[in-house]
Amino acid sequence: MSVYNTSQFKNGLKIIFNGDPHNIVDNQEVKPGKGQAFNRVKMKNLITGRSIEKTFKSGEKVDAADVMEMSMQYLYTDGEFYHFMDPDSYEQYEASPEAVADCIKWLKEEDICTVILWDNSPISVEPANFVELKITETDPGLRGDTSGGGGKPATLETGAVVQVPLFVPEGEIIKVDTRSGEYVGRVKK
Amino acid sequence: MSKNTDWQISSPLQVIQQRAFLLAEIRSYFADKKVMEVETPVLSSASNTDLQIEVFNTQALVAHNKSSFLRTSPEFFHKRLLASGSGDIFELAKVFRLGESTRLHNPEFTLLEWYRLNFDMKHLMQEVVELIQLLRGQFGLNEMPVSVISYQELFSNHLNFDPFDVSDEHLSRLAQDAGYHGPLLSRTAALDFMFGVQIEPLLNDEVGYLIHDFPIEQAALAKPHQLYADRCLRFEFLWGGVELANGYQELTDADEQLRRFEDDNLNRKLMDKPVLPIDTRLIAAMANGLPECSGVALGIDRLLMCLLNKQSISEVMPFQASNS
Repeated sequence: MSVYNTSQFKNGLKIIFNGDPHNIVDNQEVKPGKGQAFNRVKMKNLITGRSIEKTFKSGEKVDAADVMEMSMQYLYTDGEFYHFMDPDSYEQYEASPEAVADCIKWLKEEDICTVILWDNSPISVEPANFVELKITETDPGLRGDTSGGGGKPATLETGAVVQVPLFVPEGEIIKVDTRSGEYVGRVKK
Repeated sequence: MSKNTDWQISSPLQVIQQRAFLLAEIRSYFADKKVMEVETPVLSSASNTDLQIEVFNTQALVAHNKSSFLRTSPEFFHKRLLASGSGDIFELAKVFRLGESTRLHNPEFTLLEWYRLNFDMKHLMQEVVELIQLLRGQFGLNEMPVSVISYQELFSNHLNFDPFDVSDEHLSRLAQDAGYHGPLLSRTAALDFMFGVQIEPLLNDEVGYLIHDFPIEQAALAKPHQLYADRCLRFEFLWGGVELANGYQELTDADEQLRRFEDDNLNRKLMDKPVLPIDTRLIAAMANGLPECSGVALGIDRLLMCLLNKQSISEVMPFQASNS
């Protein structure tokens, strides 16, 4: 397994910490006076998504995490696992519900998303920033109300529920920002 | 025509003028006080043995040596001058310490180092504050409040424990609770951790801190405390979370100094760091008689950064590791 020295620490570096892969999001060198130097690191656990702050003695070595991000197509779920495919190699990957987590509410079959692999198995899945999904259920809005003043909940084909303006009807395809979960606009087909 | 812009300096011309002004003010301050400016060698056959400082080395100066070293401070030469009867001296010295370029460090930087005969530590601490306040005035800043606080008080005020009365086990647990991860820290390294990671972020940026009476393990070239065997007469000046100056009431005991250098090398061996040649001429000068004095080194690049309210020394250095 390859290792990193603290002097190689930088944002985006993937390391193993307490057995889990972590992504470094902030690295600060602390050198008190003439004394021992330290690296103060903020990192995100790529499995649980939790952020932690730890300090390492400068010069220490940590194990590198063999973590890769890949664009993949979501294929289907067999009820237990979720199946993805690398569109270049046609290689298929099986992800657990824990790895897919909340992301599933933005994924419909054949959509392209980002799968994060650790030692070649999926540990988390991120949807595209914007997805286009059909509204399967919403209250009939007030025709002619285009003021955008109010809103109503709408259920999408993947099961996600988003707030949409009153005038948007059932059956419409809308664009949603998955980072905020907010309605962006209607998609003219 | 080449589009290469690599030749350009990395800080505005105005900052270079401000640096020239700062150096001129410092020279005039010491001229008024009859402190003599000196120049000492950058290359030396002997080295600093300090565990936390990495030294540059290069081809030998004289035939019978293997290599020579770039100075990490002009201190050893200054003490030989003092032992020769120079009286009060100062130098604006280019010094070299290996390490990454960071917000507060460049491998080559400028130190103002000065020595005052018959000054005790408190007296020199006052002079450091006097100089800083004067320079602040010249740069259009108000006088800054200064907190004079012992190393012990700093820990008990901010972290509620006494650094001189805490067991190694307890200290190690405190460091882990505060987010340290890795092999067991030595007592000194654990205190460095608490100081740098826990205390420094809590300090008020608008206040200057004069911290004194450090643990004896961190004495380097400082005299032991007269009353407490576990402390030494060393101080630091911090401004805006930045360590600007480090000073000692100087150790004059040659045997004790040699023992400390030898301890450094012993610890270097244990830590797989290179063992370095001790400056025996410094030891001989001390044995011959180093006058009672106090001395301090102040980082000029950091000082200029603070005076100009910049965030990184790279903003006040026209040439740095990346473009020199």
